[in-house]
Amino acid sequence: MTEAVNGSSTARPTREKQRSLWGDVWIQFRAHRGAMVGVVVFTVIVLAVVFGPMIHTVDPTYADYRARNVSPSLDHPFGTDNLGRDMFAQVLAGGRVTLAVGFTAMAITITLGTLIGMLAGYFRRLDGVLMRMTDMFLALPQIPLLLVIMLVFRDSLRSLFGPEAGIFLLIVFVIGITTWMQTARIVRGEVLAIKEREFVLAAKSIGTREHRILLRHILPNVLSPIMVSATIGIANAIITESALSFLGLGFPPDFPTWGRLVVDGKDFMDLTPARVIWPGLAISLTVLSVNFIGDGLRDALDPRIRGR
Amino acid sequence: MLRYAIRRLLIAIPTLIVISFVIFAVLDLAPNDPTGNLPLTIDAETRAKIREAMGLDEPFHIRYAAWLNQFFINEPLNIIEKSFDTCFGSTCQWEAVRVPRAEHWAGVEVHEVSDRLRIRSWGTRSEVVDLIVERAPQTLKVVGLAYVVAIMIALPIGILSAIYQYSWFDQIGTFVSMVGFSVPTFFTGLVLIVVFSTMIPEDSMFWLPSVYDTTHEVTDWDSFVYQVRQMAMPVAVLGLFNAAQISRYMRASMLENLNLDYVRTARAKGMKERVVILVHVLRNSLIPVVTVIAIGIPATLAGAIITEQIFRINGIGALLITGIQGADIPLVQTITFIFAVLIVFFNLIADLIYGILDPRIRYD
Repeated sequence: MTEAVNGSSTARPTREKQRSLWGDVWIQFRAHRGAMVGVVVFTVIVLAVVFGPMIHTVDPTYADYRARNVSPSLDHPFGTDNLGRDMFAQVLAGGRVTLAVGFTAMAITITLGTLIGMLAGYFRRLDGVLMRMTDMFLALPQIPLLLVIMLVFRDSLRSLFGPEAGIFLLIVFVIGITTWMQTARIVRGEVLAIKEREFVLAAKSIGTREHRILLRHILPNVLSPIMVSATIGIANAIITESALSFLGLGFPPDFPTWGRLVVDGKDFMDLTPARVIWPGLAISLTVLSVNFIGDGLRDALDPRIRGR
Repeated sequence: MLRYAIRRLLIAIPTLIVISFVIFAVLDLAPNDPTGNLPLTIDAETRAKIREAMGLDEPFHIRYAAWLNQFFINEPLNIIEKSFDTCFGSTCQWEAVRVPRAEHWAGVEVHEVSDRLRIRSWGTRSEVVDLIVERAPQTLKVVGLAYVVAIMIALPIGILSAIYQYSWFDQIGTFVSMVGFSVPTFFTGLVLIVVFSTMIPEDSMFWLPSVYDTTHEVTDWDSFVYQVRQMAMPVAVLGLFNAAQISRYMRASMLENLNLDYVRTARAKGMKERVVILVHVLRNSLIPVVTVIAIGIPATLAGAIITEQIFRINGIGALLITGIQGADIPLVQTITFIFAVLIVFFNLIADLIYGILDPRIRYD
């Protein structure tokens, strides 16, 4: 009964070939050159980080004291650091953590933002309270607050889950709860408009329960702003994690993340600038490609631009 | 307009109170002990007395109220007294030992006689607000200049990109601004240091110092040149990042306006393109951009913490980081809350500017 909801053009009589909403989006997305390059670069980075350590099987923590500060060679494509650890292996291992932080924090941001935005948009009783709360969160200074929360909860979480898992949970959670507000605002705005549409009225009139209306009828229609927020969320989370590591409040030393590697390398910039350049470049390329993907998605999902 | 302004102001006050509570409560959970750094020869009983003297065994709500009182009443009164040489109430017994104006902020003797309690740092034992006043000029100088530079670069780029949409200028401008806000500031900063401080020899004209000397004073031409040199990199890093964001807003806002009916009407009346763009479109497109610029100020100040760390600028960010590393709770509470106050304040300013510039906003 609700099949035709999210495909706006499926009801049209078929021309030569059936076109679906997501097909149109894809055609528009492909026309965005930056976004396509972004997809390629991002995929390459993700694949390299996931499968790279299986090919380049050097242990990132193995310290070869006879090969310290080596410049790039075949054995060590990015050179080694001051303890003789292979930089390439470290960048790959760091990328796993950084990308994991990015994706998980984005998931938390999106879930929280969508939940709060949908509740505030759909239920008028909750709107005032939730939006006041959103405004208040928006007024919290993000970076100082992140630093403060790291300071406060670092030790207790570290003893609960161990140094790495504890910090991971803390960072992901903290980034999530300090960045959901934009998503919530956008989603609320969309929901406010959509809940007045006829198909929602139709669903209501046949007695559909409210949680089903929200999940089956409203959520698919607010997916596009959520997807755009998701790309911004990944980019933000990666930058924030690196910044935290840079300020010395992120992951413990010697636990490679891209931010951490930049920090550890910055005191050896005279000697081996590559130690800063490679992880920094990795962060920048990832964020840049994700932002381009977001830009392309925004254009592709905007019906006013699509089809021009 | 007045009603609109008052309504905005009334919303801001409860927000600030809730935020102050959140910040105070979160930091109150921190595992901390201000007597932890004292010599081990001091026994537990004395430590307990020290804590008692600092008011730490009071219940939470008393400490919160005391902090609010110190932040919102005592410190502002103090600043007013300092700047106008007046005094309120019975707290001015220090009149007699008044030190010369220049030493006021460092004047320990003045505060010891005064009985008005002020927020005191655990780490340095001096008043938090005095520390902030000491550090603020460094931050403001660099961040302020960077922001002005950013605006001056971003506005023309955004405007030109929108007018010549999809031209090569637009393509390059959009790409550069995308790069500008994707690359984290600590990376651009470090790359600039690698290029300008380590790869270029020190006697070259283009060499730039990587460490910002906050004690440097501008007295003559040479010292002025040095000041320009040491500010060049931090300003460039912060400026690029902000310019990227502002120019994107400017471009988007111009594009939105360029397709509206009033622009077509203006062209149809036979106005010159110059007038259409500069008088009609630009003025309307600047409205959202101005508010974005206002809202961006506190965010830039907070974001500058990282830039300060790279170039070792001895500003507020550096103070906050030392406070956090030393678990100096009153210091961290106060600085964090000041950032929150700035955010609320500039949001208010942005709302008011929007209300003045766009009458439609006022009447909803």
